[in-house]
Amino acid sequence: MNRILATAISEFRIAFRNRWVSIATGMMVLFALVLAAAGAAPTGDVGVNRLSVTVASLTSLAVYLVPLLALLMSFDAVAGEVERGTLPLLLTYPVSRLQILLGKLLAHLVILALAVTLGYGAAALVAVWSDAEAIRGLGSLWRLIWSSVLLGATFLGAGYALSALARRPSGAAGFAIALWLVAVVLYDLALLALIVSDGGGAFTTQALPVALLANPADAFRVFNLSAAEAVAAAGGIGGAAGAIPLWQSAASLFVWPLAAIALAVTAFRKVTP
Amino acid sequence: MTPTLTISRLTKRFGEVEALKAVSLTLEAGRRAALLGHNGAGKSTLMKIVLGLIPYDGGDVTVCGMAPGSPAARAQVAYLPENAAFHPALTGEEQLRHYLALRGENPKQAMVLLARVGLEKAAHRRIGTYSKGMRQRIGLAQTLIGRPRLLVLDEPTSGLDPVSRRDFYDLLDGLAAEGTAILLSSHVLTEVEARTDRILILSGGELVAEGTLADLRARAALPVSLLVRPASDRAPSLVAAFPEAVASGDGLLRLSCAQAQKLPLLARISALGGDVADLDVIPPSLEDIYSHFSRRDGQ
Repeated sequence: MNRILATAISEFRIAFRNRWVSIATGMMVLFALVLAAAGAAPTGDVGVNRLSVTVASLTSLAVYLVPLLALLMSFDAVAGEVERGTLPLLLTYPVSRLQILLGKLLAHLVILALAVTLGYGAAALVAVWSDAEAIRGLGSLWRLIWSSVLLGATFLGAGYALSALARRPSGAAGFAIALWLVAVVLYDLALLALIVSDGGGAFTTQALPVALLANPADAFRVFNLSAAEAVAAAGGIGGAAGAIPLWQSAASLFVWPLAAIALAVTAFRKVTP
Repeated sequence: MTPTLTISRLTKRFGEVEALKAVSLTLEAGRRAALLGHNGAGKSTLMKIVLGLIPYDGGDVTVCGMAPGSPAARAQVAYLPENAAFHPALTGEEQLRHYLALRGENPKQAMVLLARVGLEKAAHRRIGTYSKGMRQRIGLAQTLIGRPRLLVLDEPTSGLDPVSRRDFYDLLDGLAAEGTAILLSSHVLTEVEARTDRILILSGGELVAEGTLADLRARAALPVSLLVRPASDRAPSLVAAFPEAVASGDGLLRLSCAQAQKLPLLARISALGGDVADLDVIPPSLEDIYSHFSRRDGQ
């Protein structure tokens, strides 16, 4: 445990000096505030408190931004050590590869948690400030924060795995961007195209829920929207959220980080310095 | 007492290339061994196997009685890589605190360690601003953490100035006196000569020679050179007396003979009396001995 903590402290310091803490926090706060301002309109129509609407908007933001931040922080984790030549020495220390990755994960999760808490918090402050009723939405805000951290953990793990597979930071960065595009953007576009061509047939009723649960970003969206019962406030793929039981999307949220970390450790073990 | 490091018939292949061919060696506690060899002779490969960083194909390696790279072995082995590298964003002190914590030692010792390698003034500067020699000292400081039973040092003095080199070997002497076994590689033979107990010469993946410098000198049996300066105008008579001598440009005559013939030859020269102005005896240099062994298989 001490070794994980020591690694985390060093990694946090490095991320802080490399401005990752300020970049992540700045990005989240900026986007969240823009959403909070833009999301003011639909309140009257939907008939829920203002914070719940903000959370629904923030969910859509987080689906894009949290995986991106996580991949940007993690792609260098193994490949960077290989390129700097710091890996051989580190691996002669009595610390396991799992401990090294867990240490990095802990530091990066703290940064991510800080960024989403400050970002969502800023948006929530705006909502509560203009609508006192919005305080009732705090539960969904809290759920959004911890589920964002879990979503981040999945993509951090995936980033470490890509970093270990690529062994060079430039290659790892390319893989990371590709993964983000596929998992967050193209996957949903493909699902939408299939839904449209299917016209409410077997795909939409049978395969779609599974497809949504199989993608951690979609599972995150479905979980937050259905938990907040804000399905009505969300369009697109999110509209399907009602069809999936809450426990299933929650299970996907919890299982994905474990799978991603397991994948990362397996890939890291294959790296010979 | 069991040796700290035992290697027997170690073989390592990289694809078609045999990087190590049946290398055997043992290193007892408190002994210092120097590994010499050309680039690509297999020094770094051997060290990485001892550290457990890369697997090997044949033979046996035990480190403090355990498999190399096992957690118990890693707890007892310290390593200084060639061109030690660290994260440029951390300060020297932060980096050492991290390494101390990884070895389960108190991070507060960081400043003590930095002082031992003369870096206390730079402790709070980022490593990115350090010179190569300073990074090498950070590398050295981290090998002093805990009480390692085996030190593996890959070209440890590259980048150090002569004074730091001497300080470095003084540190090693202290560690060896406390029972640490030391395996180091070097290109600089003259510094290895006085400061190690044993020299191992690797060539093309094979251990071609092993022993103290005196052993290797005797085994190589390289010829001794004698440089004779004739007295003025007496060169012709010297040439007549030693037709085998080779004239070198500056009026000196160079003679060479086997070790056993050295004293009879000296007697012949001194018998010439006034014809000889001066005489130097030049034993084979360390470089000569090293080349003799490392070239034996046609490298």
